[in-house]
Amino acid sequence: MKRFKSSTLLFVLSAVAVFAVIQILMSLGILNSFWNTILRLAGVMAIVSLGLNLIYGFNGQFSLGQFGFYAIGAYTAADITYRWTQLHNALGLTIILAVGLLVGVAILLVSRVVNKMHGLDTLSAFAMYLAGVLVAAFVAVRLGTLAATPVTALLASLPQNIALTIVFLIAVLLGGLIAAEVSFLFGLPIFTLGSDYFGIATLGFTIIIKVLLDNSDTMLGFEEMKGARGMIGIPKITTWFWVFFFLFFTIVVIRNLLNSSYGRAIVSIREDETAATSMGINVAYYKNITFVIGSLFAGLAGGLYAHINGFLHPNTFSFIKSFDPLIIVVFGGLGSITGTVAASFGWALVLEGVLRLILPEGFETWRFVVYPVLLLVMMLLKPQGLFGSFEIPFIRAVIPSLKKKDQAAEITSPKEAA
Amino acid sequence: MELKKRNPIVNWIIKSKVLGILFFVVIGALSVYKLGQALLDNPPLFLQQVVNGLQLGFVYALIALGYTMIYGIVRLINFAHGDVFMVGAFTSFYAISRFNLHLWFVSLFPGVPLFAGQLIGTITVIMFSMVICALLAFTIERIAYKPLRNAPRISALITAIGISFFLEYFSALKFVFTSNYITYKRPFEVRTWFAGPGGFGIIETGIAPPKGSIIFSNIFIIIVITSIFLLFLLQYIVRRTKIGKAMRTVAYDKPTARLMGINVDAVISITFALGAALAGAAGVLYSIAFSQVFFFMGITPGLKAFVAAVLGGIGSIPGAFIGALIMGQAETLSAAYISTPMRDAIAFSILIIVLLVRPKGIMGEITSEKV
Repeated sequence: MKRFKSSTLLFVLSAVAVFAVIQILMSLGILNSFWNTILRLAGVMAIVSLGLNLIYGFNGQFSLGQFGFYAIGAYTAADITYRWTQLHNALGLTIILAVGLLVGVAILLVSRVVNKMHGLDTLSAFAMYLAGVLVAAFVAVRLGTLAATPVTALLASLPQNIALTIVFLIAVLLGGLIAAEVSFLFGLPIFTLGSDYFGIATLGFTIIIKVLLDNSDTMLGFEEMKGARGMIGIPKITTWFWVFFFLFFTIVVIRNLLNSSYGRAIVSIREDETAATSMGINVAYYKNITFVIGSLFAGLAGGLYAHINGFLHPNTFSFIKSFDPLIIVVFGGLGSITGTVAASFGWALVLEGVLRLILPEGFETWRFVVYPVLLLVMMLLKPQGLFGSFEIPFIRAVIPSLKKKDQAAEITSPKEAA
Repeated sequence: MELKKRNPIVNWIIKSKVLGILFFVVIGALSVYKLGQALLDNPPLFLQQVVNGLQLGFVYALIALGYTMIYGIVRLINFAHGDVFMVGAFTSFYAISRFNLHLWFVSLFPGVPLFAGQLIGTITVIMFSMVICALLAFTIERIAYKPLRNAPRISALITAIGISFFLEYFSALKFVFTSNYITYKRPFEVRTWFAGPGGFGIIETGIAPPKGSIIFSNIFIIIVITSIFLLFLLQYIVRRTKIGKAMRTVAYDKPTARLMGINVDAVISITFALGAALAGAAGVLYSIAFSQVFFFMGITPGLKAFVAAVLGGIGSIPGAFIGALIMGQAETLSAAYISTPMRDAIAFSILIIVLLVRPKGIMGEITSEKV
């Protein structure tokens, strides 16, 4: 018990130290805005990848949909802050808040009904959820429109800075919430698919979201998102503090989740689904909850990302880019939180920073030629990832006992026999 | 036991799966209504879209065969396959515009009719691309995939993504293929025909075809004939030759195949080469059809073909073909009748819906052999 406490203390202290050092370096100007941006991007990518690591590394579901939820979070949050800063109303805030809350309530209500109907097939359940969500969303839009004026007045009475921070925080959280709700709805029917098919379906999801965003102004009717031209005018208010705060929060939440009975159930599903079922674990339930939590983090990260550059483009969430979190997770070591965080920072610093700096003038395009070669060499030399299953003491103390053998092989091999 | 306590209505809902069925019936009815309406409104236009869809579908089929064979044998989603397709297209582009490969027969035998010369030239170009792509895939397999045969499957997948990035961005370099859209010179002259109630004939320049007729070109004919020929060739190789037998064995059970004296690594390499050769042919046909080459051109057709392979039941050759034809139709029909920008989304929606109804794909369970 003593060790556990000291490791917690050590973790918190070192996190504060890391934050403080970088913050001081930034305010002194030693880390210029270029590196500042890269560090923030790396932090955001770490949150996305941690979500994926929970889904794939700890629960064993091969998901390629992480960037779809990232995109949902980004655009949701951006829409709220854009409306607040550019159009000076809280309409986006109230509507999305109402939608987020009511849809959540609807999902909970429907799930109570569904739970009573033992043996209901997945598609029927999906149809019921869909109906519930649509009704809730419809009501929510009406309510949100009604609430817009008073909320705008209320927020306008606050000092501008505080109001903006409040709107930003709510926007980021709502980005996560909406992403989580969408992931629940989408995940529900496709959990019956086998591992590779699940990956393909989630890849399809990412592409569908990208196409929808490409046409967000014409097909979906969100004119401020400007479709394939890219959304501009989002306030640039994601500071290093917020990125670090959310990253810290994510690490602690995932660590504590894995420490709970939920975490043990999640990991047991990865190790052996059949055995987990026979121990009385509701596999579908835990898979779904893992997927939702992982997507929640993707959504949060999306909200943060939207406010870094103040510019969003659907191509950021394209098919090619959507492999980034997967690459990071595998790079850092599947099922290693430390590895994922380290790999995200390493990935962003090398790819966006170092390679840009060391490549001579006129050779910028070589960046993406060098990168795959590095990837290839890495995979050939260390297929288990940089960190394997290494963890810092704070996390290692609580993670359910992992198998000593190569975990990555364990995740994928049982399906191969089929 | 518990069932008896339930409300009879609830019981009926659960037993008859009525909600799930209703859900699909609504989606199905909507699409059937939409297509039926289109067919009744303007039959020639609809048929024209079907013809265009066939042309696209046959190209997708050639790519999908590679995906399905490679997945069947090593359980790897080979994301680099679409980029091999792109290399095939560029190979033919350089063969035609730099080296005039399509003219070799005409220049050797000046007396032959133009038609025969162009046909032989086109076939040569296609075969040249196929060989280059096969060599490329063979090299990729030896360098990148073979060392990872016993590593976790995800490492091979990441490697495939890496190879895909490498091929794309290396091709985009200035001294390779450059990052521009390049106009593609076709190795033969395009002729178009019309067919319909107004009769059948060649369309002369400047004269509009009679109303209500369908237009198709020799591009369409070449694509369809080449694809069908290659499909049957592949089926022959897989079913009737020794190497095909070895492939089926390796796909079924690698350790046993090794015990039976089959050189598993060689068989896997040959499968990659075969798949890549088909992708190379598809690359030539695709660029002939769309008359443009571009370093990212492999991504979308690659994805569509991959979806087609999954749709048809990954690992099944006829399934890949059927899936590709469905994808071709879905793409052209949704572009024509629903919305052009949404066609990728619709293709993937179809995939997800089919996976929900038949998780193993259309032909997935019927064929037990996987190559």
